[in-house]
Amino acid sequence: MTRPLPTWIRLHLSSLRMLLLFTALTGLLYPLAVTGAAQALFGHEANGSRIERNGAVVGSSLLGQRFDLRGKSPHQPGERPRPDPRWFQPRPSAGGYDPLASGASNLGPRSGRLLAAIDRRRTDIARFNHVDPATVPADALTAGGSGLDPHISRAYARLQTARVARARGLSKTAVDALVNAHLQSRILGFLGEERVNVVELNAALSRMR
Amino acid sequence: MGATLAGWLQILLLVSVLAASYRPLGDLLARTLTDRGHWRVERALYRLGGVDGDADQTWPGYLRSLLAFAAVSVLFLYGFLRLQNHLPLSIGMPPVPADGAFNTAVSFATNTNWQWYSGETTLGHLAQMAGLAVQNFLSAAMGIAVAAALLRGFTRRQTDRVGNFWTDLTRITVRVLLPLAFVFAIVLVAGGAIQNFHGVREITTLSGDTQALTGGPVASQEAIKQLGTNGGGFYAANSAHPFENPTALTNIIEIYLLLVIPVSLPRAFGRLVGDQRQGYAILTVMVLIWAVSVAIVTANEVHGAGSPAGHAAGGMLEGKEQRLGVWASALFAVSTTLTSCGAVNSAHDSFTPGGGGMLIFNMLLGEIAPGGVGSGLYGILVLAVVAVFVAGLMVGRTPEYLGKKLGGREMKFASLYILTTPALVLVGTASAMASRGARAKVLNTGEHGYSEILYAFGSAANNNGSAFAGLAAGGTWYNTALGLAMLFGRFLPIVFVLALAGSLARQRPVPVTAGTLPTHRPQFVGLLVGVVLIIVGLTYFPALSLGPIAEALS
Repeated sequence: MTRPLPTWIRLHLSSLRMLLLFTALTGLLYPLAVTGAAQALFGHEANGSRIERNGAVVGSSLLGQRFDLRGKSPHQPGERPRPDPRWFQPRPSAGGYDPLASGASNLGPRSGRLLAAIDRRRTDIARFNHVDPATVPADALTAGGSGLDPHISRAYARLQTARVARARGLSKTAVDALVNAHLQSRILGFLGEERVNVVELNAALSRMR
Repeated sequence: MGATLAGWLQILLLVSVLAASYRPLGDLLARTLTDRGHWRVERALYRLGGVDGDADQTWPGYLRSLLAFAAVSVLFLYGFLRLQNHLPLSIGMPPVPADGAFNTAVSFATNTNWQWYSGETTLGHLAQMAGLAVQNFLSAAMGIAVAAALLRGFTRRQTDRVGNFWTDLTRITVRVLLPLAFVFAIVLVAGGAIQNFHGVREITTLSGDTQALTGGPVASQEAIKQLGTNGGGFYAANSAHPFENPTALTNIIEIYLLLVIPVSLPRAFGRLVGDQRQGYAILTVMVLIWAVSVAIVTANEVHGAGSPAGHAAGGMLEGKEQRLGVWASALFAVSTTLTSCGAVNSAHDSFTPGGGGMLIFNMLLGEIAPGGVGSGLYGILVLAVVAVFVAGLMVGRTPEYLGKKLGGREMKFASLYILTTPALVLVGTASAMASRGARAKVLNTGEHGYSEILYAFGSAANNNGSAFAGLAAGGTWYNTALGLAMLFGRFLPIVFVLALAGSLARQRPVPVTAGTLPTHRPQFVGLLVGVVLIIVGLTYFPALSLGPIAEALS
């Protein structure tokens, strides 16, 4: 009654069955097992290294944030948001620190647009912090790879301390000490770069009296 | 400690850990590919899947199984992406458009992981983990399976059988990829990578602003993305994203993961052909090319050579993360373009002309130093066949490699293999440059804009997946053209490799004589490096001179 299916159809049906089996194994079982183990062993990390204040999540220590002035009315279209002097400022970001728009500027090494942006940032940062434009470090003038870089260099953190202390009415020594406490050296002494986590630094700053 | 010393120590650590893994992982791979027994779970998979786990297949039979599985994989993934809004855990994502779903399905089934989309705004959790990540395992296993078939061609005598596709695919997945991915996924979580099913949550930030915190099963995907040299990021920023690659320590682990299988496969090769020196010769070629490339890219990036932007800023940090810095970014970039990985921890588009140009050149070399999982080994063995043939021509003797004669038939398959990707890259790039609409999608102007297009086709045809991401590669034209480049760039070479395997397996080995070219000596290593560079240099020199070379000189 039923004729056997042609070989090539049987081959594709077997392929589909194998694929479904592998989907169950590597696409469901595997990630669920990893999730179970990760949540049990490293729950804080697995959930995104969240920072809480008064019981509410105010960010992730891995993801940079914007620290801009918030006016009563929303910004006019085209107007650049102005940095808030009371906070340490992060690096420039291609996606405005929006985790739904991660990525880099992708501007090339000879790009005129990039050169103009670097010039503008140097002037803006020097004026904002009342420092010599020549002292602004490279990380402050360039956007990172993810658009969410939570770190700045030691130089950029130190450059901002006087301005932050003034805006908050704190002593510069106290803010300097806070920056030093948040200075992270290279992992194992040689992996990656020295850095200060802006989100953690600002969270600590907001707890200072 | 100065940046230079720290950078060198970073490289030294990576090389030491890879060297320590060479024997154990190579031996595990060799055992996996030659074992006669089945594990219980494997037997269950064969029974439920309705495949014969004991049959020994001819090369056309092996190829038919592989292509049927690949075709079903592409169609299944296409359907998955088109229907993701009807599936659980879609976190409100709409269906992926048709041209994009085609591109992505092909991309992941071919081990390319080219991404025209942003994961965080396009894909739900289920599509990522049960759609894309499944192909991260299977396309990687498929690459190693093809390499295994080629090795059997060298080791077997007077047979038309090259192994069983289903057992190769299953064993590599179950015995090698799954356990390693599980362990390293947990390691990455310990380092800060996330692993949850939270979707997107809106929070109020420290300054009273709002931010959308993303969630997802990231670490499980990250581990296999690196280990299988796939490279498709959970997020658009890929391994630059702090949730995928939180620290400089996870960064070095990720570089290790993307190199460890391709680097260990020469050990398996040596074991199978019964002469470890053959494996070391191949490994030496891989290491030499990798080391020179690391030196060139790192030097360019550290000095900001030819980059006015780098000099204006006082460092090549545009597109690079502060926690990683220049050295770790250059090391990652070289490793990812010399394998078929294509994960990125920095924006290659913003590298110096020399550094970025070298990354393009790395991919155009055919990704053989050490190359993708499996594809790197079969790629370099085909080039070794060509090198032996060239040497044979010089002395007027029938060339032989590992006891197998390389006659007209074998050389035809090797030549077709070598011609496929350049044809795809050059025709693709030329078509894009000839089309006004395609040309308009570049971000940067002048030579660098052209380089974005050359990078795209070089990446797609060689199944790399990284990008000069300024190119707006969405839309029907690029999704179709790059999809086809990935498809042909993966499966045509596989056809030729399996045909070569079949042809070699049929032969009776010839005894080694005084006239046989020794293929384990420094002389052969030099010859093979020369053949690799000459073939690529001659093929791509005109194309490269219009882009990165012109940019570096201007």
